[in-house]
Amino acid sequence: MRIFNQTWDYLTTASNWQGSDGIWTLLVQQLLLSVTALTVTMVLALPVALWLGHLGRGGFLAINISNIGRAVPTFALLAILVTLDRPGVATFGPYGRAGLATLIALSLFALPPIVTNGYVAVDEVPAAVKESARGMGMTGWQQFSRVELPLALPLVVSGLRLALVQVWATATIAALVAGPGLGTLITEGFYRTDYAKGIAAAIVVAVVAFLLELIGAAVERATDPTRRSVTRKGVLDVTTGGR
Amino acid sequence: MSVTLPAADGISIQPSCYSRLTNHWICADYLHDRYQDLLSALVQHLQIAGVAIALSVVLAFPLALVARRLPRLQGAILGTSTAIYTIPSLALFPLLVPFTGITPTTVVIGLALYALTILVRSMLSGLAGVPEEVRESATGLGYGAGRLLFRIELPLALPVMMAGLRVATVSTVALTTVGTLVSYGGLGNLIEDGVQNNFKAELLAASVLCVVLAFALDALIVGLQWLLTPWARRGA
Repeated sequence: MRIFNQTWDYLTTASNWQGSDGIWTLLVQQLLLSVTALTVTMVLALPVALWLGHLGRGGFLAINISNIGRAVPTFALLAILVTLDRPGVATFGPYGRAGLATLIALSLFALPPIVTNGYVAVDEVPAAVKESARGMGMTGWQQFSRVELPLALPLVVSGLRLALVQVWATATIAALVAGPGLGTLITEGFYRTDYAKGIAAAIVVAVVAFLLELIGAAVERATDPTRRSVTRKGVLDVTTGGR
Repeated sequence: MSVTLPAADGISIQPSCYSRLTNHWICADYLHDRYQDLLSALVQHLQIAGVAIALSVVLAFPLALVARRLPRLQGAILGTSTAIYTIPSLALFPLLVPFTGITPTTVVIGLALYALTILVRSMLSGLAGVPEEVRESATGLGYGAGRLLFRIELPLALPVMMAGLRVATVSTVALTTVGTLVSYGGLGNLIEDGVQNNFKAELLAASVLCVVLAFALDALIVGLQWLLTPWARRGA
């Protein structure tokens, strides 16, 4: 089919990769957005989720944040944030046009996997282990930092991996509301019936998504203190947010 | 704040709350004047999401059964569906366009692929949760493979499978909006139009309607499960 040849041509033309609206620039922009959003959510929300897991309180909230996050379309939230008249919506430093609105939306959509996994990870450390730690005379903080946290780490990292892939997908959708990143090539290609361009950008987005997933899985394996793959119940539901 | 326009004959006209001058987020006049737009977008949304979910249920069931019977294929089925799930929706739809064109089919197939991942996994874990003793007792009572599956295993696996169906439905309804890329996004088309024209009432109404639709379908499935599992109601 002709469209495949055109797509291949687009991907192999050097000029399409260079310049301020080339693939490389937009790719770096989108990666920067995703990583910043993930960091913001991790710093702000993860400690709270972990500590709530330690206390065993707030589980209702931690679980339901996932359900609510799933029902709200990424696209709708982005659209509302962009349409709100606030400073920083037009352009925002290295994050490009609508950078701040996109960053806020991405941070919000990173919340469900990070919070739910963080809470569940600490909460589900076996009660016998927690009791032994208490029996050894550990204080609450020692119990949290020396016993619960190392055991919870793989699941916490798994939440971060899910959040990263989720945020990457959401950052792509940002283009539908004139946001930054590679998605702009997809929407431009489709709105101007230059389908080869749209499909080429979609391929790049999909390949990077795979790479992020693979890197995440490798990090997850490396942080598992027991180095075993354990089937974890309850994690399945968390893996599913808006794409 | 409302703006009053003095007309030539001295009678002042109050512009409607969705005119360019006022552009309110919440506007009853918009709902009243344009309910046809909202209704047709809602119907399209429901059709696309509904067909996608139905298609993925029909595909997921045999896939889950095959994956359960052949452990070797299970890895391949789960691996492939998880890989597809990694692809962002805005990238998946363009990848389908060379095969299905700018049609609702593109959106339906894309959404069904995402839902398939969730459904196959939940069906597998639901069936795996049936206690081995139950299966043995049924076999001992003379149940064949087919009757065992439909009379014993499926009813017991139903709660987990329904939980998967709920997750799949809610996220499919939310994701349908992205179909606006190929002009078949249901309520997403109105959201897109609202962003392009800075039309706040339309944008918010379509967004809220989308969330309401997701929760309504979720409630419908909960009701369905209540009807399908009369034994779970007893003693509760």
